[in-house]
Amino acid sequence: MLLMRSILARLVATCVTLFGAAVIVFFVIRVVPGNPIAMMLPPGATEDDIARLQALYGLDKSIFEQFVIWLGGVVQGDFGTSISLRQPVLDLVLGRLPATLELSIMALVIAVIIGGAMALTGTLRRETRTEAAIDVTGGMALSVPDFLWGLVLILLFGVLWPVFHISGRVSPSLDFDFATQFYLFESVLRLRFDVWADLVSHMFMPALALAIPLAAIIAQLLKQSLKETMHLDYVTLARTKGYPEASVITREALPNAVLPTLTLIGVQFTFLIGGTVIIERLFSYEGLGNMAIDAVINRDLPLIQGIVILFALIFTVVNLVVDMTYAALNPRLRHA
Amino acid sequence: MSFLDVENLTLRIVRGPRILRAVSLSVDQGEVRGLVGESGAGKSMIGKAILGTLPRAIEVVSGRIRLDGTDLQTLSARERRRQIGAQVALIPQDPLTALNPVRRVGPQITNRLVDILGWSKDNAQARALELLDEVHIPDPARVMRAYPHELSGGMRQRILIASAFAAEPKLIIADEPTTALDVTVQKQILRLIKNMQAKHNTALLFVTHDLGVVSKICQSLSVLYAGKVIEDTDTRRFFAGPGHAYSQALLHATPKYTDPDDSLTPVPQQVIDAVEAEVAEFDKGLGA
Repeated sequence: MLLMRSILARLVATCVTLFGAAVIVFFVIRVVPGNPIAMMLPPGATEDDIARLQALYGLDKSIFEQFVIWLGGVVQGDFGTSISLRQPVLDLVLGRLPATLELSIMALVIAVIIGGAMALTGTLRRETRTEAAIDVTGGMALSVPDFLWGLVLILLFGVLWPVFHISGRVSPSLDFDFATQFYLFESVLRLRFDVWADLVSHMFMPALALAIPLAAIIAQLLKQSLKETMHLDYVTLARTKGYPEASVITREALPNAVLPTLTLIGVQFTFLIGGTVIIERLFSYEGLGNMAIDAVINRDLPLIQGIVILFALIFTVVNLVVDMTYAALNPRLRHA
Repeated sequence: MSFLDVENLTLRIVRGPRILRAVSLSVDQGEVRGLVGESGAGKSMIGKAILGTLPRAIEVVSGRIRLDGTDLQTLSARERRRQIGAQVALIPQDPLTALNPVRRVGPQITNRLVDILGWSKDNAQARALELLDEVHIPDPARVMRAYPHELSGGMRQRILIASAFAAEPKLIIADEPTTALDVTVQKQILRLIKNMQAKHNTALLFVTHDLGVVSKICQSLSVLYAGKVIEDTDTRRFFAGPGHAYSQALLHATPKYTDPDDSLTPVPQQVIDAVEAEVAEFDKGLGA
């Protein structure tokens, strides 16, 4: 009963969030200068042509009327047709979504591994040069934005020591026919490890660029809360039982220290997804973010709207997942 | 030879002042020794030094700690950890923070037996149930599955006592184990610790600032001031008439709950001055 109610409350909150995002994006992109019609017509088009095209895309109506028409479509699952690509927005967006999800999740995994390792090492070697070195590295990782890390990586592993692919999602020469767009996932299921290796070789640098700042944040916060936890009585008690320091940290301190970090990872992950827009552009990675930039350049209003709504939906889902994981890891919340 | 022998143990804050000054004390098998002193006298530091849980900022200047005749300093870090884990147990001060909040109670009792001493899970489980029963916990099987936040402070302290005795340690260090508890629960816990100690014939080092507690359960006691043992005597003689002026003043300062008109008597300034002078003399002798 209680669970049903909290799920219901969550759904309502999600709808309100999405509606808010829809309102903002819809009106803002119509208020800023530039319009799709101007982008489509050759110079010297007549007033008549412009008017005809505007009527075709419904842009002759008032903004409010346009909004009602669009929202009516969205409720029925029709996000309109892309002006520049002339395909249904929903198909376009869902076609690109898997690429971005795979990239973001890979970045998240890399960030958790690097950040976690830094935090654990720093705690084990606390108050030594090793910890100081980790702090300095983290500070540097954090003060350089992800797209600059992307350029650094391209220089290192694409130019000076070319081991990874620097652009695209998969080599066009590879021959494969997958049922879904989740190439990375499906290549494992189909045991096509050649495809998998090619995908990873393409994804690794953009994912790492996205992961570096997040890893630094995770390292800092997790190390901080680990060090605080290390002073607590139950950690000391475990030490007196004969456990070596490393297992005291991982067995006793980590399960508690990870809780505040988890909330932060949730928030930061949404920033990371936002970061994919520029990183995908930088690495010509065929994902949602790259499409978003094209959509903005072409003033492709329906496509921009569709992408923004999808991003908003991802954000709320991520937050929901974080809350659920938090409850699962913290017995004090489970019974409350 | 006593089971625990601490000899001339001197600790200091790294590049800072001394915390313990040539402390010597011993606890025999079956003996309960009280370790009394004001806050900051270094009582807990002795326990931490024995258990190997001194804060990183504190270093051992000199001295020896022997467990059953073995000098802990001669052992490798790994072997020392194992020996302490197998032979010494701690009953901590605050039961509310001494259990890991995200783990069930059962594994927190059995983990030493399984991970350090190599018992089978079933044996450890049976042993834990037996001990929970010994410390008068109703429905031990249910409590083993509970999380700490579901249990009261008194229950948690009983669990920690059970956990301390689980591996049949030769020495138990109780660091003010009743301070954080309700007054009504304190007495029960004290009696429980005493009974368990007698039953298992364990050496017990009881750290406290409460002389009343000492009179009830300790056979011997060491009085600590500024990290220096001021007096080392047996309990009966101490309460008959302590030898050192500071001990006398300390005993005199203990409030008598039976007399509502009794006001608190502080330790007189000239006694403090005298004992401070003694400490200064000691430090001068060491050339610092």
